[in-house]
Amino acid sequence: MKKLKNFFGNAYLAIVFVFLYAPIVTLIVYSFNEGRGRKWQGFSVRWYEELFHSASIGDAVYNTLTIAFLSALIATVIGVISCIGLQALKGRTRNLYMALNNIPMLNSDLVTGLSLMLAFIAVGVTFGYSTVLLAHISFNVPYVIVNVMPRYRQMNQSTYEAALDLGAKPVKAFLKVVLPELMPGVISGFLMAFTMSLDDFIITHFTKGPGINTISTLIYSEIRRGIKPSMNALSTIMFISAIILLVLTNFSPTGSKTEVKDR
Amino acid sequence: MNKRKLLSLPYLVWMIGFTVIPLLMILWYGFQKKTGGFTLEHVLAIARPEHLKPLLISLLLSVICTAICLVIAYPLALILRKANLKKSSFVIFIFILPMWMNFLLRTYAWLNLLDDGGLVYVLMQKMGFKGNIVGTYSAILLGMVYNYLPFMVLPLYNAMTKIDDFTLNAARDLGANERQVNLHVILPLTFPGIVSGITMVFVPSLTTFVVSDLLGGRKIFLIGNIIEQEFSTASNWNLGAGLSFVLMIFILVSMAILNHYDTLGEEEEA
Amino acid sequence: MKRKVMLICAVLAGLMFGAVLTGCGGSGKKQESNVLKVYNWGEYIDEDVIAEFEEETGIKVVYDTFSTNEEMYPRIEADSSLYDVICPSEYMVKKMMENDLLQPVDWSKLENGGNLNQAYMKILSDQIDPGNKYMIPYCWGTVGILYNTTLVDDTVDSWDILWDEKYSGSILMQDSVRDAFMVAEKKLGYSLNSTDPAELEACQVLLKEQYPLVKAYVIDEVRDKMIAGEAALGVIYSGEYLYCKNENPDLQYVLPKEGSNVWYDGWVITKGCGNVDAAHKWIDFLLRADIAYRNFEYITYATPNKAAEQYIDEEILSDPGVFPDEETLSRCEMYLYLGQDAEDMYYEYWKKVK
Repeated sequence: MKKLKNFFGNAYLAIVFVFLYAPIVTLIVYSFNEGRGRKWQGFSVRWYEELFHSASIGDAVYNTLTIAFLSALIATVIGVISCIGLQALKGRTRNLYMALNNIPMLNSDLVTGLSLMLAFIAVGVTFGYSTVLLAHISFNVPYVIVNVMPRYRQMNQSTYEAALDLGAKPVKAFLKVVLPELMPGVISGFLMAFTMSLDDFIITHFTKGPGINTISTLIYSEIRRGIKPSMNALSTIMFISAIILLVLTNFSPTGSKTEVKDR
Repeated sequence: MNKRKLLSLPYLVWMIGFTVIPLLMILWYGFQKKTGGFTLEHVLAIARPEHLKPLLISLLLSVICTAICLVIAYPLALILRKANLKKSSFVIFIFILPMWMNFLLRTYAWLNLLDDGGLVYVLMQKMGFKGNIVGTYSAILLGMVYNYLPFMVLPLYNAMTKIDDFTLNAARDLGANERQVNLHVILPLTFPGIVSGITMVFVPSLTTFVVSDLLGGRKIFLIGNIIEQEFSTASNWNLGAGLSFVLMIFILVSMAILNHYDTLGEEEEA
Repeated sequence: MKRKVMLICAVLAGLMFGAVLTGCGGSGKKQESNVLKVYNWGEYIDEDVIAEFEEETGIKVVYDTFSTNEEMYPRIEADSSLYDVICPSEYMVKKMMENDLLQPVDWSKLENGGNLNQAYMKILSDQIDPGNKYMIPYCWGTVGILYNTTLVDDTVDSWDILWDEKYSGSILMQDSVRDAFMVAEKKLGYSLNSTDPAELEACQVLLKEQYPLVKAYVIDEVRDKMIAGEAALGVIYSGEYLYCKNENPDLQYVLPKEGSNVWYDGWVITKGCGNVDAAHKWIDFLLRADIAYRNFEYITYATPNKAAEQYIDEEILSDPGVFPDEETLSRCEMYLYLGQDAEDMYYEYWKKVK
């Protein structure tokens, strides 16, 4: 009975697994296709060569990674500072703040993107790298707060007071006592922000300026005129890097349990 | 203590600048005539058939999508929880991995299978199904489920791992069978996970325009497509803002209702 | 935990480092002094030409693309300094002229201005841009039906075939408003610049009738789908025909007897252009006969550059699909800018089709 149940469980996992990976496998396979279409015309690495020669793809990769990294980093700093401030607030004010914090997370990307675009136009900033970065920071901050806040609440506040009593300056006390306590929350907040930014299309779509493309917006514009298989090659490389990154972080000797967090 | 309160000020400024004011801009455009002056026209435009139909289709598809995701993800999370930790961390890894690929590429990849000459297309033709798959509601639904399934799996799995084994054993010791344990112990305890999973699947699938653009052969307009087009091609920003305002209200109301159930669940828990 | 954290940071740092190295100097970080921001249709230039221009003039080109006129316009309307030179279609040029988004071209700065075929300049001057002050034509062509001779037995000479149930699920329609309505307007014998609500309503009903037969509404994808043989019939710009035929000899292009649209895409300089001098250099460079020919070879859209014709094969020059004859052209109309209200009306009817 138990065996049968296990079998069904594994079969179920396998089906979902196939569902998740079938399209990705096709991307990888077609990235080695000699021709452009869906017909197999022989093995070739020409799309990989084209990929490395394409300045537009190089720029897009650069923009995507730097925006993801910078926005996650800045959002983490803002988020951690805000958490301290928010925790010091009481009752109703804090609830109000937290409700405010929830809006960007609950609201759809479409509305967030549009609203930011309209606001940027109203202020009169030129659309470009900086507007995308600002937009990404702003949708990342709430995720950092959600991740750091619970840690901060669990923390014993008196350790910080104790450090002060022992003569540490507030900044030093924060860095030496509070921050290490918060670290797991900070890291998972940072990683989540990084991932959200990496995968975002809609908000970038509405806040980007001339000549600035992330991988997402580049793909979107290419989809309209028939995607080049060099994009398949790019996704294959991204996929493999993701595997390497996740393997390194998950199966390093100390990394025992994957931390999964709600959005 | 007062000094620390000050630290919340930058946050407040930030949130007002990048959340509140932008949302007010939507109101500003949405309630304004093209030529200036207040109007309700753009907000009420949602009732016009060419907007109402996409809205209803979006609603229907996103509700079905959410339901399918829940049905697929719940047993999955249950299986993962019952599997031993080492194995399950590997499996979770497998579920996160596709999310690290680009969202557009993931969706586009389905075209390789569904479009003419694709594996699924050929199989369907062999099984006697004639006609195109791309450009149908099923294709869009498939794309939605595919993209948003992990958003359902992760919170559910999270909620389940929080349940103590002792709780389950206690229930079993008290004579509950497996089904009763699932129904009366695990289900109520995972309620918050269900709610957050529903939120995370429902909102993006309600407002997507990318999935329908890619897998709908641009034959099918969802409400997201209508709004996106008002901004990007029809250059009727006021109408687009009016419709997004309605959509936003829609989302916030449904979230409020969900949250209401969420707190009910928490009370049961307590 | 600590080691895990360090690992993550190390990997991310490595990623960043790699990104910086491979970023090919990534654009947009620093505004260089001599930069030209070009906004063009997707795949509408031989990219080597851009590199050559940069090399020859020392001007750095920031190159961006759009896929419909309608997508391009709102961005320029919001801020015309976003781009320096743009390549819209003629009716959009008119709209931009009327909304004061362009500045006149200084012909004295265009050494190669004489290369243009004056016949086309006159047409444009008569209908769009009096005195050719704003628009330097770049490509021109018609809209017609591309069909796969192995999948279509009937003679294709009329828009009617796009309503033939026999080809249900195998028809590709254009996804841009004006082009889609043009097909219905011509089929019904109206002008493609109609602003009569009754006529547009009739077109909308007709397009709605066609909806179930349509495989997909496409823009540029029509090319790849037709080449792959995924559809029997597709509404397409004449310029794609040559490329498609090269890739798949079964494809034929027809300009339906009811008439169609003839269009011109051309370079304009925006009002907010930040580098007027470079903009003129860009346009002049593209007017050079050899460059115009290379672009023709690459994008296969007919060129209005008379001087470039000397390089083109006689066979191609005489192919009516690429360079339509007078008689064919007499059946074609140009899009005119109809005003914002009429445009909104078109769009409202278009939304009712889907």
